[in-house]
Amino acid sequence: MGSTLSQKVWERHVVRRAGGEPDLVYIDLHLVHEVTSPQAFEGLRLAKRGVRRPELVLATMDHNVPTNEEPAEPISARQIAEMARNAAEFGIVCYPMGDANQGIVHVISPQMGLTQPGMTIVCGDSHTATHGALGALAWGIGTSEIEHVLATQTLAQPTPGTMAVTVDGRLPKDCAAKDVILGIIARIGTTGGVGKVIEYRGSTIRALSMDGRMTVCNMSIEAGARAGMIAPDDTTFAFLEGRPFAPKGALWERALDEWRSLPTDAGAAFDREVKIDARELRPYVSWGTNPAQTVTIDERVPDPDALATDARDAARRALRYMALAPGTPVRDIAVDAVFIGSCTNSRLEDLRAASEVVRGRRVKDGIRALVVPGSMKVKLDAEREGLDRVFQEAGFEWRGAGCSMCLGMNPDVLRPGERCASTSNRNFEGRQGPGGRTHLVSPTVAAATAIAGHFALPADLR
Amino acid sequence: MESVRRVAGRALPLGRADVDTDQIIPSHWLKRIERTGYAPGLFEAWRADPSFVMNDARYRGAAILLAGRNFGSGSSREHAAWALLESGFRAVIAPRFADIFRSNALKNGLVPVELPDETVTTLVAAVERDPTLEIAIDVERRTVTAPAAGVSATFPLDDHARQRLLEGLDDIALTLRHERDIAAYEARRPQWLPRVR
Ligand code: SF4
Repeated sequence: MGSTLSQKVWERHVVRRAGGEPDLVYIDLHLVHEVTSPQAFEGLRLAKRGVRRPELVLATMDHNVPTNEEPAEPISARQIAEMARNAAEFGIVCYPMGDANQGIVHVISPQMGLTQPGMTIVCGDSHTATHGALGALAWGIGTSEIEHVLATQTLAQPTPGTMAVTVDGRLPKDCAAKDVILGIIARIGTTGGVGKVIEYRGSTIRALSMDGRMTVCNMSIEAGARAGMIAPDDTTFAFLEGRPFAPKGALWERALDEWRSLPTDAGAAFDREVKIDARELRPYVSWGTNPAQTVTIDERVPDPDALATDARDAARRALRYMALAPGTPVRDIAVDAVFIGSCTNSRLEDLRAASEVVRGRRVKDGIRALVVPGSMKVKLDAEREGLDRVFQEAGFEWRGAGCSMCLGMNPDVLRPGERCASTSNRNFEGRQGPGGRTHLVSPTVAAATAIAGHFALPADLR
Repeated sequence: MESVRRVAGRALPLGRADVDTDQIIPSHWLKRIERTGYAPGLFEAWRADPSFVMNDARYRGAAILLAGRNFGSGSSREHAAWALLESGFRAVIAPRFADIFRSNALKNGLVPVELPDETVTTLVAAVERDPTLEIAIDVERRTVTAPAAGVSATFPLDDHARQRLLEGLDDIALTLRHERDIAAYEARRPQWLPRVR
């Protein structure tokens, strides 16, 4: 029989198993941010409970912080101050605005080597699956569960199901990791992974860098999955070695032995398996208001009447919201804003790829274009390579680290009716600001679109 | 959490599939640090449209929300469950729930009732015809009945979740009873695992 990667990690964390109850599992790392945690800390205070293992908790500020060096407005400032106060009161390390380690929670933990293969990681944020790129089992939780983990360092959870998504073959040259995951979601839909952990497998996945793997795992929730994972391999180990929190010396060797035992056994069976040929993938652009409503950049906005019956109403409503007419070629859609950032696509590799496209070119007149690095470290690394100048000379704004225009909660919002090419993960109604219209794309498509003024591939630019 | 044995009342026929938590409660509401005060933000953007079903006076006071497939997708914000509860909803009926929303709902005593597509469609149609139609959800027996719509069905709810709803248990207190198991596990965790400080 054998076990899958996710089953192995789960089994190694079971604290207590009893008939008729969900397993109680141990949590190796709990990531906390300012938005979903205040009520959990308040709950602890009311019940006179403490944090069981503060050394296994890391807090940062990312969602609500301005990235333009302006002070936060008063309501946000109160939430940011509350995070600092809670961290201090309960003895938790917190990276505040301006700190060299600050950044989007899913960017900083792997970058510091805190995220390691075989760990269980939770965070009050649905994109926690990002950490699965290193072979950790990582999932998003609600505020009641945050309080539970703070108090007990465990969670009682139904055992997740298993699913394999195997992508084989060489990726077309203009496709990025983002197009791999958008292609997967287009195929399995927004509920394709509900109740399950998706393991991404196959030669295409193996060939991705760590940054690319994080992009893929990041959007597992957009397919409804509880988590996404990739088996650790030499790419993973090379990425981790030498990072501040990675094991050193003899411990590194022992950890390696353990990590090498994690990949899915040859005979293991998954609850569901999907196979995808990478050669059939293309750069994707979302046209609707959920991340499965996508077409390739070579196609046209679909006609709802031509879709499956149960998808028609949603498609009609989405097109109305997006102000798009069926049959419009995707390349004819003009945008008002371009956002390069978010925990999906704000790492160094993403910024390098986008900068190559805009180098020596100018953002089309009238377009607001933003680059927001995922962490202060990504920002510094990029500046060392001169990427900030490349972007700024092309007419992009170059920002501090944070979630920024991914979620319309901080000063970076779309105005009603504005259309944006965005490297983030959600095209929900109003996600980037009330009335804003989001199209999900890869960093290179976002960059080319900023230059052309409408959806474009780098090869389309003269 | 208060115990929930039974939810009975009128329903709001939202219908729509893939209702994400950004629609249930937009992100600017998440700047608050309290557990309360979210009712005015429930479906805020959609409520701006006078023809949105929640603005229909006939559905005022509904205790049950009837939704489409994949309700509560997207962000993990528990504020979505809080906003629904504060607005008077005690249960949501849908063909399928997103995992995190389902878990958040259960933690707060909002009953997630999963019924087949056809049954939800039948209920939506019946409530659209007669907004006063009553639906009763029995947590102990895991049943949904709406005689006027000809619906009598059971819904999935594992024993553990059911017990917690019925007894209104405090999850943390329950887990802390297993202190010895937790301490024993901690004693055998590998040494290389990282500590933040
Ligand atoms: S970048 Fe966007 S999706 Fe990622 S954690 Fe921040 S708000 Fe959430």
